[in-house]
Amino acid sequence: MTITEILFWLLTVVALTGALLVVTSKNPVYSVLALIATFFAISGHYILLNAQFLAVVNLIVYAGAIMVLFLFVIMLMNLNTETEPQKNKWLKMAGTVAGGCLLLVLVAALRDADSKSTIALVNSGDTGLIENLGKLLFNEYVIPFEISSVLFLSAMVGAVVLGKKE
Amino acid sequence: MIQLAIDLAFILEKAILIGGIITVSLVVAMYSTWAERKVAGFMQDRLGPNRAGPFGLLQPLADGLKLFMKEEIIPNASNKFLFILGPGLAMMTAMMTSAVIPWGREIEVFGRTVSLQIADINIGILYIFAVLSMGVYGIMIGGWASNNKFSLLAALRGASQMISYELAMGLSIIALLMLTGSLSLKTIVEQQSAAGGWWNILYQPLGFLIFMVCAFAECNRTPFDLPEAENELNFGYHQEYSSMKLGFYLFAEYINMFMSSVLMATLYFGGYDIPFVNDAALVESMGTNNVAILQGLSLFAKAAFFIFFFMWVRWTIPRFRYDQLMHLGWKVMIPLALINMLITAVVVLIRQNGWPF
Amino acid sequence: MQTLTNRSKAVDRHPMTVWEKMYLPAIAKGMSITLSHFFKKKPTINYPEETRPFSPVFRGLHILNRDEEGRERCTACGLCAVACPAEAITMEAAERKEGEEQLYREEKYAAKYEINMLRCIFCGLCEEACPKDAIYLSETFAPSNYKREGFIYGKNDLLIPDPKTEPELYRKAVGERSRKS
Repeated sequence: MTITEILFWLLTVVALTGALLVVTSKNPVYSVLALIATFFAISGHYILLNAQFLAVVNLIVYAGAIMVLFLFVIMLMNLNTETEPQKNKWLKMAGTVAGGCLLLVLVAALRDADSKSTIALVNSGDTGLIENLGKLLFNEYVIPFEISSVLFLSAMVGAVVLGKKE
Repeated sequence: MIQLAIDLAFILEKAILIGGIITVSLVVAMYSTWAERKVAGFMQDRLGPNRAGPFGLLQPLADGLKLFMKEEIIPNASNKFLFILGPGLAMMTAMMTSAVIPWGREIEVFGRTVSLQIADINIGILYIFAVLSMGVYGIMIGGWASNNKFSLLAALRGASQMISYELAMGLSIIALLMLTGSLSLKTIVEQQSAAGGWWNILYQPLGFLIFMVCAFAECNRTPFDLPEAENELNFGYHQEYSSMKLGFYLFAEYINMFMSSVLMATLYFGGYDIPFVNDAALVESMGTNNVAILQGLSLFAKAAFFIFFFMWVRWTIPRFRYDQLMHLGWKVMIPLALINMLITAVVVLIRQNGWPF
Repeated sequence: MQTLTNRSKAVDRHPMTVWEKMYLPAIAKGMSITLSHFFKKKPTINYPEETRPFSPVFRGLHILNRDEEGRERCTACGLCAVACPAEAITMEAAERKEGEEQLYREEKYAAKYEINMLRCIFCGLCEEACPKDAIYLSETFAPSNYKREGFIYGKNDLLIPDPKTEPELYRKAVGERSRKS
């Protein structure tokens, strides 16, 4: 096994355990922390794929900003294991069905995906480097990029409208 | 699959470099505590610590010993794992920034050319931001795990402050990046130290000001030390901590201060560049290693000035109220940074394409 | 209205100008003030190495005096104890035996002489009351102690060294006092 492979398996194990802990742990704060660990492992995968920009942005945006907000809310609401609300039986059922459907779609999509020809370029590809990514985003995909930024703007305006009490 | 090449000498070289840099930053942080008390004393017409050793130079050792000897208290109702994880995270994130900072050009040891930078990654600045945003967790986890509502409130206060000022900091950096066109700190320093290159402070005075104010806020230093506010708000998020765990939090603050001083020097004041001297010509006459030492000293001198500046500000300016802090962050710093970014973008475009009208 | 002093100032409540709102000039001014203090001479006295000179009328720890031949002057008359407003002085008198003439000047002497330094207010009335010049207040103060008992000074602590057997120590103990009188 090469170093890359060892790292890959290590990161995979960390990511999967983290993800499982997110779902199984009783304490919501632990869930958030496990999710952060998962993000770290995923960022590690990005680095293995030579996509350093994605890795760091993943850390900054998800682990650094969004999860902090999650933690904020959870800490302020003081969700303890005792006060965890008992969910409706039907709700549980609906969740199971929805999750199963998602799994089905994912498995079907992965089966159809042509995984042989587009093997990930570990440690050598240069699409993930910041220059190439920037050129791609601002030349080929400039319209989707700008549209998504308008989407964020509308989200911000929406938050302001919601926050303003008339 | 391409194998990651394992070069034993390479690993050894990096390990020694990492060890050296960690040691240096710990010693600098230690003596920052001494310097802080000395500066505080001198600015208040006192002498500061002068009992342990000449000029009180052994005072940090005595303080460290005291912290180690103190009883280690973990509150009964606290979350033990997270309670211990908190200060560890704070310390770790504080140290991690040093990985991408170029401490000097290069040295030659046993015929090998060793770069005085742990990792020259092409996203150096983004890496620093990622580490900075991790720094919030040390505070939040510590405050929450204490199971004390005052610690929790202080932790939330600190975290929201750090997130708010991170934005303005990032925006002020973007203007700088437009000029340099690179995210690698090494390239930024080389551009400044090249013959005919000026320090970035000349191009980005407003950006530097914003960056500096945000650095103060990120390090939780006065006038932005609301998370701590030791003399009015019960020591903030590390209220329940004792012994070396408290020491770690306090130490992390000083390491953060050192790192942001080095960062300010690197980004805006030419990094390891020796002022008024052409470094490349100096290499010819003095040899690589001597120049590397001089460059390191130059960087440390700049950093030391900024550390002194941090302390100088601390003993001059009173603390902000929380609403003033948020007002400054969101309504002053971010618009200013945006304006700075806009002006820089216009200037860069005109320089590239000429005046279009 | 007539002002008491001419120094009162009306509070200026005008809205801040743009220049003032930038705060930076004010901050720079404040920083220059702190920096000027940085280079000022410090008034600190490093105590154990440097001591502050006592004034000539300083009243510190008591000393029981001897005459030139090294005999105790105190006759245990009790006037100092009576004069003491804090009631810090206690003593027991004893009669001088044969062969003790070189120890005590008078026929009666103080067998026990105690001053409680925690009660003493260092007013110096005992010095004034003493008819034999046997007690005076020196230019030192009581060193710290862990126990209250340590502040009850007996004869051993109070007596001045013998000028005949220990002239060095005697001169040191008399010190400034001799020059003053």
